[in-house]
Amino acid sequence: MTGQLFWIFISSMIINNFTLSYFLGLCPFFGVSGRIDTALRLGLATIFVMVITSICASVLNAFILPHAPYLRLISFIVVIASTVQFVEMVIKKLSPGLFRALGIFLPLITTNCAILALAIFQTQRHYGFIEGVVFALGAGAGLTLALVLMAGLREEAELSDIPSIVRGTAMNLLIAGILSMAFMGFAGLFSGSS
Amino acid sequence: MTRQEPGEAYAEFVKGLWKENPIFVQVLGMCPTLAVTNSAVNGVAMGIMTLFVLVMWSLMISALRHVIPKQVRISTYIIVIATFVTVADFSLEALSPGVHKALGAFISLIVVNCLILGRAEAFASKNPVKLSVLDALGMGGGFSLALFMLASLREILGNGSFFGVSLFGPNFEPWVIMILPPGGFIMLGLLLLVFASVREARQKVAGRGERKAA
Repeated sequence: MTGQLFWIFISSMIINNFTLSYFLGLCPFFGVSGRIDTALRLGLATIFVMVITSICASVLNAFILPHAPYLRLISFIVVIASTVQFVEMVIKKLSPGLFRALGIFLPLITTNCAILALAIFQTQRHYGFIEGVVFALGAGAGLTLALVLMAGLREEAELSDIPSIVRGTAMNLLIAGILSMAFMGFAGLFSGSS
Repeated sequence: MTRQEPGEAYAEFVKGLWKENPIFVQVLGMCPTLAVTNSAVNGVAMGIMTLFVLVMWSLMISALRHVIPKQVRISTYIIVIATFVTVADFSLEALSPGVHKALGAFISLIVVNCLILGRAEAFASKNPVKLSVLDALGMGGGFSLALFMLASLREILGNGSFFGVSLFGPNFEPWVIMILPPGGFIMLGLLLLVFASVREARQKVAGRGERKAA
């Protein structure tokens, strides 16, 4: 069982990285990743939301959705929106400094496609409760990893001599492309894996 | 309420196609863009789905904009979008199971497409139905256009085919990376680069023209 869980974690974090392989969570990826500490904080908040979403999705899948499969999308979305609202309130109460630092990015986690995709993939692959949580941890960690890497590269690029037509989104996309290529190298990590 | 001339309405429609193209200029809705554009058919199908959801939903939100309370507006938007996306999802599954399978989870992800929520905040919640629908058509059209361009380029280079029709014959060595994830990033980056350099060249010409006139 632990082997299976380890495999889920590693594959969702590195081999099938949510951002660089599945193109999920790109809005914060291109929008936020200007500085490493902001990127890290947003990543951690996203992991937290993902884990909670995963738990709720497992519960929904087990008890309610078999009776009404067409409500799947709507119920997931409501769960995500409520979770983000809840996280916002908790952070505001516990750590106003962090709340101010995150600013607008916290409510934007709601529209982060990675979280909805997490719920959908989890449903499609019929993960149980624990597998779902591990999947969420791995996916969130992978997202944070991609965010932090991108932030670091962009901080470096700020100081370099880059032509003006390339600067901005074009440059970020090209950097992301090369990062994605690098991560493709992990594809053969587990030999004989599907 | 100002009187709308036909020219103004046309402008609302056209701006979404190029000047404020959601992908090339506003950089919204990136997730589905890069994911489904590995073949032209998928790209166009996704574009049409998004257009459908965007138009239906702009119509509804704009019609109800005086009725929805301000505090719950984001939640309302999201639930309405989710409903239309569910409709689109099932319709596609009925009409074309192959494309539905290829697009997979990304149809459901139209719900969180920042483009749609962005248009709500910026436009549909503040403007009458006719203008909102035109704006939605323009934005959706621009989105589909961009998807089509990106998808065609990636499919032609990465697979040697266009809409499934093989272009170069069996001896063509496809540039496989183009249909893989890195290719999506790189292709879009290159496209944006081309547009930026065209824009700069035009500005230079315009600048020179002004100096000559002065």
